[in-house]
Amino acid sequence: MTIEMLSIIGAAIAVSFGAIGPALGEGRAIAAAMDAIARQPESAGPISRTLFVGLAMIETMAIYCLVVALLLLYANPFAG
Amino acid sequence: MTMEGNPLATDVLFQLGPVPISTAVVTTWAIMLVLVVISWLGMRPMRVHPGALQLMLELVVETISTQVQEIVRRDTRPYLPLLATLFLFLVFANLSAAIPGAKPPTGHVETPATLAAIVFLSVHYFGLRAQGVRGYLAHYTRPNLLLLPLNVLAEITRTFSLMVRLFGNIMSHEFVLAIVVFLAGLLLPIPFMLLGILIGLIQAYIFTVLAAVFIGAALGSSEAG
Repeated sequence: MTIEMLSIIGAAIAVSFGAIGPALGEGRAIAAAMDAIARQPESAGPISRTLFVGLAMIETMAIYCLVVALLLLYANPFAG
Repeated sequence: MTMEGNPLATDVLFQLGPVPISTAVVTTWAIMLVLVVISWLGMRPMRVHPGALQLMLELVVETISTQVQEIVRRDTRPYLPLLATLFLFLVFANLSAAIPGAKPPTGHVETPATLAAIVFLSVHYFGLRAQGVRGYLAHYTRPNLLLLPLNVLAEITRTFSLMVRLFGNIMSHEFVLAIVVFLAGLLLPIPFMLLGILIGLIQAYIFTVLAAVFIGAALGSSEAG
C-alpha cells in the first residue's frame, strides 16, 4: 500500500472514530440541559449560554480529528 | 472527481509590491469598510433622540455589554471595544458566506490565528493591568505550585483550540457545501446554507464568549474556561 492510500484510510478512520466521543458527549450535555430547563424554566438563559459554550468545547475534539484528516489528505508531510 | 481546491492553501488574488494579497485579506478589508461606514453613518450626528440607525447600533452595543457583564462581572467599558468589535467582525465575516462570490475569511487558517493571537495578548494585558505583575503571575500557581506547567500549557492549548474551532467549523461547513453542490446543485444546498448562517452566528458568539471568559479569568473574577 502506498502512503497516499494509507493517508486516505487514516483520514476516514480519524473522522469516523473521532466523531463518536463528541457525539455521545454532546448528547449527554443536551439531555442534562433539557432536564435542567424543564425543572427550572426561569433559568433557561444562563443554562443555554453555558450549554452552547460547553458544546463548542466538546465539538472542538471532533474538529481536531477533522483537521488531522485534512492535514493527512492535503498537507501530508510524508507523501512527496 | 476533483474537489474544491486545498482548504489549507491560500489563494493569492494579486501582488502588492513584494506582498501577496489573498482573497481573505480583501474580504477582511471590505468587512472593515462596511463596519466603519455603518458606524460612521449611524453616529455622525450623535443625538440624544436617536434616529433608526443609531438606535439599532445602541441596541447591539447594549446587548453585547449585558452579555459581557454577566461573564466578567465588573464594569465592561475597558473590554467592550475589543469584545464587541470581535463579535461584530466575526458575525460579518462568517455571514459573508451568504453573499454569492464572497468567501468567509474565517474559513482560512490565518484570520482565526490572528484573532486568537489578539485575544491571547489582550488577556495578558488586561490581567496584568488589573492584578499587577505579582498578582497576575501568582494566579498561574493556583491552586498549587505543581500545576504551574499545566496552567502554562493550558494557556497555549486554549488559544490554539480557539483558533482551530473557528477555522474548523467555518471551513468544514464550506467544504460540506461544496460537496452538496457537487452532488445536487439546485435546491438541496439551501437548507445547508441556512445551517451555515446558524453555525456562523453561533461560532461568532462562542468566540466572543470564550474571549470574555478568558479575560474574566485573567481578572480573577470568574473561573477559567
